[in-house]
Amino acid sequence: MTWDWEFAFEIFPDILNAIGVTIGATVAAYFISLTLGLVLTLLRRSSFKPLSLFVAGVIEFIRMTPPLVQLFFVYFAFDMSPFLTGAIVLGVHYATYVSEVYRSGIESVPASQWEASKALNFSTAHTWQKVILPQAIPPVIPMLGNYLIVLFKETPLLSGIYVLEMLAVAQMIGSDTYRFLEPVTIVGFLFLVLSYPSALFIRYLEKRSGQMPGSSEKGVKT
Amino acid sequence: MFTNIGEFLPFILEGLSTTVQAFLFGAALAYSIAIVAGLARTANLAIVRVVATIFVELFRGTSLLVQMFFFAFVFPSLAPFTISTFLAGGLALGFNYGAYASEVVRGAVLSVPEGQKEAAVSLNMSKFQRMRLVILPQAFRIMLPGIGNNSIELLKGTSLVYFISLADMTYRADILRGANTALSSQVEIYTYLLFTYFVIALPLVLLTRWLEKQASKGVSTA
Repeated sequence: MTWDWEFAFEIFPDILNAIGVTIGATVAAYFISLTLGLVLTLLRRSSFKPLSLFVAGVIEFIRMTPPLVQLFFVYFAFDMSPFLTGAIVLGVHYATYVSEVYRSGIESVPASQWEASKALNFSTAHTWQKVILPQAIPPVIPMLGNYLIVLFKETPLLSGIYVLEMLAVAQMIGSDTYRFLEPVTIVGFLFLVLSYPSALFIRYLEKRSGQMPGSSEKGVKT
Repeated sequence: MFTNIGEFLPFILEGLSTTVQAFLFGAALAYSIAIVAGLARTANLAIVRVVATIFVELFRGTSLLVQMFFFAFVFPSLAPFTISTFLAGGLALGFNYGAYASEVVRGAVLSVPEGQKEAAVSLNMSKFQRMRLVILPQAFRIMLPGIGNNSIELLKGTSLVYFISLADMTYRADILRGANTALSSQVEIYTYLLFTYFVIALPLVLLTRWLEKQASKGVSTA
């Protein structure tokens, strides 16, 4: 089978149309993982041991099982739209990864910051909000950016529960015309074109964040 | 609820050997590729570096499921010979996770202090000896956590062979779901499947942690 440009141009708009669904699912899942990830991190740090152990167990379980199986589980157990199911499952799955990133950020804040806040009579909530998180989040932003790309590349999974994202459309074209070469290659090309420049940009940010004041590399001298 | 375990679980477990085989084949291929591509990216010869970089970015920049579709549906129509579904799935898993793991190898090799290389040069070691006796043993210790995590991701990734109709555990569960349409049965089926993946991943996690401990024995840390 050889590449058929005419066919490729004919189906390109159909696949490109589905890019909205792909990006929508990515953004929705990313928003869930950023917020839920923070909640998980804070719960895991709770001084109430049973709670922190329970949360740690849940995180391990989610991280160690395939997102595809989680997708099927939620899809068949709850009556939700495929799109919503996909966004929630991917969001929750990657929240467990994102929470590790937050944890590394929080652990990089020196303990003396807690002591200083206590000396100033700040409440715990106030300390988190005004002292710890503003110092913990900015250095890990590039790492968080990585998960946006990871999520983007995971969205083809959603074709498993009939979300019409790019790969699902390509597969439909393929089974209608018996030509998979063009649709699958176009999908791969679109993923590459969108994710590679973003990855380069994040690598650039990562390099730069090493030079920001307050980061662990420079600025903080003991 | 959860009354059909005697019927459902054995049916799902019939896919276990396919899941394990896909994992082992994928891991063997991935780690061979990782070492070759990882070292190639640190090579002095520019052409070697460029070829390895293109390979790695191509497989990191697109999506695993898209790659699996490519090997399963596109490749057979391009090549003059046919490949089995198992081989298609295994190749996609090996190439994709190999590309990710090559970054782990590269990072580890680069993190070995320059002085070690210089010391080996001053002892008149050949390039090959330097790599085998000085750089790699030290880099290996740094690689372990990354390789361990990559292996867990690879195991989770094997569930995607469901899409190319390879009868792994996820595929078996899907057949079971088709035959048992009651909501409680569907929840039950996917609960067993989730826990089975968890049980398989658990030794992998424990092994990684144990290896990390062993490898750091006798190494002073800052």
